[in-house]
Amino acid sequence: MAVEKEKLYRVHLMVCAGTGCVSNHAFEIKEALEKEIKRRGLEKEVKVVTTGCNGFCERGPLMVVQPGNIFYQMLTVKDIPYLVEEHLLKGRPVKKLMYQPPEEKTPVPVLSEINFFKKQVLVALRNRGLIDPEKIEDYIARDGYKALVKALTQMTPEEIIHEVTISGLRGRGGAGFPTGLKWQLVRNAISPDNEKYLVCNGDEGDPGAFMDRSILEADPHSVIEGMLIGAKAIGATQGFIYVRNEYPLAVKRILIALDQARYYGLLGHDILGTGFDFDIRVVRGAGAFVCGEETALLASIEGRLGEPRPRPPYPAEKGLWGKPTCINNVETWANIPVIIDRGGKWFASIGTATSKGTKVFSIVGKINNTGLVEVPMGITLREIIYDIGGGIPGGKKFKAVQTGGPSGGCIPAELINLPIDYESLTAAGSMMGSGGMVVMDEDTCMVDVARYFLSFTQDESCGKCTPCREGTKAMLDILTRITEGKGTEEDLGLLEELADTIKEASLCGLGKTAPNPVLTTLRYFRDEYIAHIQDKKCPAHVCRSLNVYKIDPQICFEKGHGCDVCRRNCATDAIIGSKGEAHKIDQTKCIKCGVCFDVCHFGAVKVE
Amino acid sequence: MIEAKVSDILNRYARDESSLIAVLQDLQEEYSYLPREALEQISKEMNVPLSRILSLATFFKAFSLKPKGKHPINVCLGTACHVRGAQLILEKFERELGIKTGETTQDLLFSLEAVRCLGCCGLAPVVMVGEEVHGKVTQTKVPAIIKKYKK
Repeated sequence: MAVEKEKLYRVHLMVCAGTGCVSNHAFEIKEALEKEIKRRGLEKEVKVVTTGCNGFCERGPLMVVQPGNIFYQMLTVKDIPYLVEEHLLKGRPVKKLMYQPPEEKTPVPVLSEINFFKKQVLVALRNRGLIDPEKIEDYIARDGYKALVKALTQMTPEEIIHEVTISGLRGRGGAGFPTGLKWQLVRNAISPDNEKYLVCNGDEGDPGAFMDRSILEADPHSVIEGMLIGAKAIGATQGFIYVRNEYPLAVKRILIALDQARYYGLLGHDILGTGFDFDIRVVRGAGAFVCGEETALLASIEGRLGEPRPRPPYPAEKGLWGKPTCINNVETWANIPVIIDRGGKWFASIGTATSKGTKVFSIVGKINNTGLVEVPMGITLREIIYDIGGGIPGGKKFKAVQTGGPSGGCIPAELINLPIDYESLTAAGSMMGSGGMVVMDEDTCMVDVARYFLSFTQDESCGKCTPCREGTKAMLDILTRITEGKGTEEDLGLLEELADTIKEASLCGLGKTAPNPVLTTLRYFRDEYIAHIQDKKCPAHVCRSLNVYKIDPQICFEKGHGCDVCRRNCATDAIIGSKGEAHKIDQTKCIKCGVCFDVCHFGAVKVE
Repeated sequence: MIEAKVSDILNRYARDESSLIAVLQDLQEEYSYLPREALEQISKEMNVPLSRILSLATFFKAFSLKPKGKHPINVCLGTACHVRGAQLILEKFERELGIKTGETTQDLLFSLEAVRCLGCCGLAPVVMVGEEVHGKVTQTKVPAIIKKYKK
């Protein structure tokens, strides 16, 4: 591998190549840019760089022009010649390609002035959009591996652990265990042959969370540097990065990064000439949610079935192949270099009394600005949903936000001023989890959401222990019954009873937390359960067995002039009528797929 | 033919049990399923009982014992996709392809799977065909997506 000597350019065009933007044709934008730059003879002045995820996925494909931090969004190949001519040749940034907040009349040119970015504080995502993830030189240019040099040459293991301890950093994967304490435990643990292992848990399985993917894809060296520092602190010689099977791009980027780090002598034998040896191997997951649980993950690395085992002994004492093992998740590792570089005190100055630093959240679902954000702990739900997220689309009413994935719960709109930290979320019946936030509006049915999560955990339960295997199935059966209008009031008591047993008796975290989505929806949205049971109605019109689709003949005829679009799109020929006349739905044929409702431009199709 | 391929895959790894999952992953990638004769060969060459290999092959979702279609269609049923109507999208695919989730079309062109979160929730609901991600899918867009890969 040869080191490429970097030329200097007048302008850098940072094109986002995160998964979201790529599926919106970011690479075609990149090609178009390069072609146009060449055509204009600017190839010696302007450089196109592909970066990791920028975070503002909703507005992709995205590009940021540096210097100037000018943010362009929703680009198409057709826009490129004009953009290159105006901005790069004539020096006139193109307003129509900039972000314009829905309520304002003028666009916001500079990225840092856009509401979505304004309140963010970047620590784990410090390099997002600024570097090419496949170039270690870019990472180093942004002070990368500086903390490693400090840790290896100026600090003892105890000093490193002390710094992490006073930073107050807690595990970002879900449970929030203090990282410094975990490191101390592994350091203290005795290994007969002095072998200790380090694992990066990148088996990001919570649906709705994609921060670990984003970090691995956008800034793989931050994780590697964090692990190197951790290895020195606990005395580990071998590390493993366990990456989810569904993330092929993350695997590719990590492998490239590892090769580059080895080439520069930052990984392998005698790192930086300090006599310290450490290397990292990548292990691909094979598609089992339960492998996010640490003991199941370790079993899977050893080539065994990904089934959890009882703890204690904790992996800190007996982990991989029975040796002391330190497991932290991707985001936790990415925070480490900054803590060592800037000091634990600095990190602890951000956040709340018990939840220090920042946290990355993915805000998705029924929200205007979907994407990935990093904010100080303690920020309120309101700031995330409204200031950063831009509120709910279509003027709908905010109903709830689901945090913590299948282990978490639903927080209702009344708690909009809740500060987001480990303790407040737990007190509200949910949990921090890995940071997924799925926003729900008035059109989301909370009973359906509870049923959805139970179907998820039931499906992913490994089957080893009975309470989880059978209990989640029994709960799912009851919830399905309720969503079909066949539930009784006794079912609610039964759900609560089952939930208690499963929480109490399950072997691992998957089972222990599986009932949470049901318990929180029962706590905050009991009236919706009652509506399904007593009135046989789904107030949000989501539970299909309880829906009836009807066409208002007057609207269909007078406004739509019997346009026939619904009939042509109906999958089961359930719509009767021909062009020019009012249409009708044959209820015996209707499968309630809702296509007629979606395609009708006149609001003639009603759901009851 | 299969024998040579399997040997090639086995040579990439140390022949100990900790590589077993990685070997199966490479095999799955190569054939888009795990052929029985390949598993028997692995069992013999790695000195691992076939029952252990099959227990892994049936536990992890990444593995399939049946051949898959040329274009695997993965409909995301993650939370963000779910609240934006992913179940209806999945059913539309079932109707259009004439198969149930988990099945493969007779011409071996498509197989349909439901997956739990592809990690591009910003584009929900999401469908992945092969390596290509389709975002903000609606029921009415489904026929066009299928048509694209039929050529």
